[in-house]
Amino acid sequence: MGMTITEKILARHAGRDRVEPGELISARVDAVLGNDITAPLAIKEFEKIGVDRVFDPERVYLVPDHFVPNKDIKSAEQSKLMREFARKQELVHYFEVGRMGIEHCLLPEQGLVVPGDVVIGADSHTCTYGALGAFATGVGSTDLAAAMALGETWFKVPETIKFVYEGELPKWVSGKDLILYTIGDIGVEGARYMAMEFTGPVIEKLSMDGRFTICNMAIEAGAKNGIVPPDETTSEYVRERAKRPYRFEHSDPDAQYARTITYDVSWIEPQVSFPHSPDNTRPVTRATHVEVDQVVIGSCTNGRIEDLRVAARILKRQKVHPNVRLIVFPGTQAIYLQAMNEGLLQTFIEAGGAVSTPTCGPCLGGHMGILAKGERAVATTNRNFIGRMGHPESEVYLSSPAVAAASAITGRITHPEEVI
Amino acid sequence: MQLEGKTWKFGDNIDTDQIIPARYLNTSDPAELAKHCMEDADAGFAAAVSPGDIIVGGSNFGCGSSREHAPISIKSAGVSCVIAASFARIFYRNAFNIGLPILECAEAVEGISQGDEVAVDAGTGTIKNLTRGKEYQAKPIPPFMQEVIAAGGLIEHVKRKLG
Ligand code: SF4
Repeated sequence: MGMTITEKILARHAGRDRVEPGELISARVDAVLGNDITAPLAIKEFEKIGVDRVFDPERVYLVPDHFVPNKDIKSAEQSKLMREFARKQELVHYFEVGRMGIEHCLLPEQGLVVPGDVVIGADSHTCTYGALGAFATGVGSTDLAAAMALGETWFKVPETIKFVYEGELPKWVSGKDLILYTIGDIGVEGARYMAMEFTGPVIEKLSMDGRFTICNMAIEAGAKNGIVPPDETTSEYVRERAKRPYRFEHSDPDAQYARTITYDVSWIEPQVSFPHSPDNTRPVTRATHVEVDQVVIGSCTNGRIEDLRVAARILKRQKVHPNVRLIVFPGTQAIYLQAMNEGLLQTFIEAGGAVSTPTCGPCLGGHMGILAKGERAVATTNRNFIGRMGHPESEVYLSSPAVAAASAITGRITHPEEVI
Repeated sequence: MQLEGKTWKFGDNIDTDQIIPARYLNTSDPAELAKHCMEDADAGFAAAVSPGDIIVGGSNFGCGSSREHAPISIKSAGVSCVIAASFARIFYRNAFNIGLPILECAEAVEGISQGDEVAVDAGTGTIKNLTRGKEYQAKPIPPFMQEVIAAGGLIEHVKRKLG
């Protein structure tokens, strides 16, 4: 019997020929990741273990991104703790403000996660890297601490749900819409503890940026990891970037799946997830009555160059609605710079939007765009839980960059076709 | 381990932003986190909870972020254990790693109302609703998790492995 791509990657890292879903294995990790919220806790736990050194200073990545540039004294203390640890341990990949980015945009861009890897990160959206054909999953700080010491961790081998996307992607429908639609279909625990394997002709034609968006939100269906079979698009992305050798794995034709779900995407509309759950999804045309106070474009879900290009295309020679605050936050410094060179930032600013340095900021209600009581935002982020972007009585609607940009112009949730 | 307390009942999909909102994540001090435990699900919870009390959640408890601050805030608020119909994956790992007992049992969740007195044997997974005189059996804890518990959490487990 064959194996899925997820099983093959895990088997190789466990030093085994094969693994079965449900088995508990100990596996080598290629890299581990922490941020300014989770790393300080992990560092405290790491110090309790009593080892002097991390398993490999080239494979422990620390990215301060959530509350940076630091928003208050407490968060500055957290960052300081992390910075000092990075220096003491001589970590090669610590990313300071001015050179950083949102971790899940930054690490693939820097070639620090490559196809075939096993990566764990103390951040739930670590599953983003599955877009490269890697096994990547989120863990907590104590798991991170243990892996920083050992260079290995334990996993329960997940069952896999295979998703097949067929048909022709309609205009204005993006990777974000596909994943919102999928989560709307299977629910926030539809893939709990499982692997989501995204396949089919539509995925094959999708850019890397679109694939990152899809895998980013696998956790929103409860999944352990999301994964896309690597192909020529993957090769093109990693060829110039990879800092380590990589390896393409593929599911065998006779691999076993818990389920296979096929979607014909030809008739799908841009999607919007209503508060307070990512699976509360509706087509955009059933959301156009919703007035918004704030529009947020960015995050590890949709803060990549392609996302900014789509938004700028819609906002070009348009004005942000007087009642709306538009906040754009590019995913990394490199994306920021590229957006500047392409004139995208100018478009946002001329339209009346605010452009921020890369940070998680508003996405988690940290800083740079907190909502007041009763306010509503449409955001290209990945979570619309209660209080996610500020006051517990505020609301977040999730959408693609195209819908978000169109909504910024009209002041209510809007199909891009309406403003073009 | 025998635990006993009054229950606090919550619904399905209680996410980590409700357990400990990100606005409080600029610290990892357990006492600070305890003050805001469950704040966006029940703003009065942290002030009213007593040591030993038990949280009862529906399905997918702890979904969302990987923040270990979530089980830490629950534990440091004095909650002795969490019973839920099911747990989100990362929360499940985190709870064991930091030594917060959690039990999966959909029948118990159904049979327990807000404020019931409940006794739990975290070792065997037996749950007794003392108020209603009913008994339930939670899913067995996987052997690896039992090892982690026996060692006193993941860090102790790793120490042994390295030592
Ligand atoms: S952008 Fe949002 S979802 Fe992504 S890592 Fe930052 S806080 Fe988490």
